Amino acid sequence: MHINEQFELKAKEAIHKKGAIGPDVDLSTFDPTPSPHFEMVDDDLRNLPREEQERLLMAGLDVTEKERGGTFLQMNDHAVHCHSSQEGIEVLSIQKALAEQPWVRDYYWKLADVGADKYTAAAQLGLHDGYVIRSLPGSKSVYPVQACLYMHKDGMQQNVHNIIVAEEDSELHIISGCATAPHLKRGLHVGISEFFVKKNAKLTFTMIHNWAEEVMVRPRSVARVEEGGLFINNYISMKPVRSVQMYPTTHLVGEDAVARFYSIVVGSPGSEYDLGGRIFLKAKGTRAEIVARAISNGGKMIARGHLIGEVPEIKAHLECKGLLLNGGLIHAIPELEGHVDGVEMSHEAAVGKIAQEEISYLMSRGLNEEEATSTIVRGFLSVDIPGLPPQLQAEIDRVIEESDKDVM
Amino acid sequence: MLKIEDLQVKLGEKEILKHIDLEINPGETHILFGPNGSGKTSLLMTIMGYPQYEVVSGKIMFKGEDITHMPIDERAKLGIGMSYQRPPTINGLKTRQMVELCAGGEINEAALARQVNFEEFLDRDVNAGFSGGEIKRSELLQLMAQKPDLMLFDEPESGVDMENITLVGNIIAELLEKHLHPSRGRSKMQAKADRTKMGLIITHTGFILDYVSADKGQVLYNGKLSCVSNPREILNCVGDTGYEECVRCISMNNLS
Ligand SMILES: Nc1ncnc2c1ncn2[C@@H]1O[C@H](COP(=O)(O)OP(=O)(O)OP(=O)(O)O)[C@@H](O)[C@H]1O
Ligand SMILES: [Mg+2]
Repeated sequence: MHINEQFELKAKEAIHKKGAIGPDVDLSTFDPTPSPHFEMVDDDLRNLPREEQERLLMAGLDVTEKERGGTFLQMNDHAVHCHSSQEGIEVLSIQKALAEQPWVRDYYWKLADVGADKYTAAAQLGLHDGYVIRSLPGSKSVYPVQACLYMHKDGMQQNVHNIIVAEEDSELHIISGCATAPHLKRGLHVGISEFFVKKNAKLTFTMIHNWAEEVMVRPRSVARVEEGGLFINNYISMKPVRSVQMYPTTHLVGEDAVARFYSIVVGSPGSEYDLGGRIFLKAKGTRAEIVARAISNGGKMIARGHLIGEVPEIKAHLECKGLLLNGGLIHAIPELEGHVDGVEMSHEAAVGKIAQEEISYLMSRGLNEEEATSTIVRGFLSVDIPGLPPQLQAEIDRVIEESDKDVM
Repeated sequence: MLKIEDLQVKLGEKEILKHIDLEINPGETHILFGPNGSGKTSLLMTIMGYPQYEVVSGKIMFKGEDITHMPIDERAKLGIGMSYQRPPTINGLKTRQMVELCAGGEINEAALARQVNFEEFLDRDVNAGFSGGEIKRSELLQLMAQKPDLMLFDEPESGVDMENITLVGNIIAELLEKHLHPSRGRSKMQAKADRTKMGLIITHTGFILDYVSADKGQVLYNGKLSCVSNPREILNCVGDTGYEECVRCISMNNLS
């Protein structure tokens, strides 16, 4: 296949190319060898050991599939469970989709650059699996589709490519979790994601990371939003991880397209985060918002944000708040670029520790110091995300509530 | 009972309170006057236990316990509560949740909020963008849930509009169990036995006196409690001659 050969060629050229930012990962220290293929039916999911079910649940995947519109589960290198229970929503493994559904080729490596760095190269040359989720034109999903990329084999490298398409006038909600088995210590996750939000479509994508202490994570994602489209992208990561570096990019190409990024991240000692988001506003009436909450209780965190206004009559805002609980480092790098008159762009960034005055105030209402502190931290982490369905908000609240104990 | 003996307090390097003696008996309400910057808020914060107000000498007793060096939360548990002049904003904490925290458990926030005309604020973050008058009602709502025995009100009526002032006044009276105030037929002794709530109210205007009967008025001047008298009398005196003259005059009268 001609086009695929081109991808292979570009990937091979990039095989030693370091990422533009973030610490370098030595790929040779991880094992990308696929494991024997197997599948899991509904009952298999429900019969997973309780400990593993909990890990999945913390990443947003509920094996009971209550209030879920579909499920995709990848174990190590391949999809083991994949189905949709809503009309108008398709959930496929990308390997299967590439083999059987020619339309997928119209989206594969269309936004992300296969030659960007050694991680994108690895995802082409050694692609394991990933998902394709599509909402057909006009279809409105009620419940979110849940997808989870699970790493079970210690020391493995997982290469994933996801494609998400919200066709015209459709509405699609996805919870995409990443998690590791309780025993797994070390691993590398490489994840390419390409998002297509078509005319007047609405896509909410909530990514929950639940890694282990020695896991490296290199997601690469790009989105394209057409006229009147809405893309809400949430990111939550509160568990220890060695290093996450990602800088998702969104292009607002149609009039009145909107993108909102919300991230809630906790950096534990030994964790290193280099996160951010970049949104290009390329059409009249587009809006962008990046809101980040970072807590460091000993971790090192870089919070980037970059808004680029290319045409007049756009509006963009960036907000980054960092809280230092117990040493560590938070480095906020907000960037605004206005290329023409008539752009309205702003940012606010604040990094600090909890105000003693707030702790004392709550203590005078009867809370002890620890309760007061955790109440303030929980408040800090709670952001109202406009346009998010209530079940998803509840899901986010639950994850924060659960992880809250580890933060202190 | 609250008993403060020869209290001396420093804020940073500044001596902010000098030799304060104060006694509030169960059921009593005292009014605290004094010019701006005289140390009124500081006195309340010291009683509440804010550590930046460093007690250099003297002691504070409450319900028979020496609380001079007790942490804030333990004082709160012992029954001291405060309505703040300028409370901090707690981002992400809904007023509804705050009320529940104050109550120390489940409570009908809406019903409570209705009493202070504050229902529509329950889902807003605590104090976030509240106007001056809204802060006062929010603070009262929290005290209503907390139900302390000694209530420290820092200018509860300033910034409150004409309509809400009646409401605020009546709520404070209720919090302080003024409904147990002796009626003509009852002896003062009997009623006092019923009422145990104590209050210390800072006011500049004295509007609160129209709703809450007070036992004593005091003037804090330059970090000193300078006179004890009927609160109305103090108010009139300050209005006529100003604080400086008033403090001198009343101290003279007290001496004679
Ligand atoms: N953090 C601080 N640093 C320095 N001085 C302070 C600080 N806080 C208060 N003060 C000073 O302490 C003094 C007493 O302040 P306090 O707030 O107790 O006055 P107040 O009597 O309540 O005044 P007001 O009627 O204006 O509310 C003032 O001169 C004030 O400027
Ligand atoms: Mg004051």
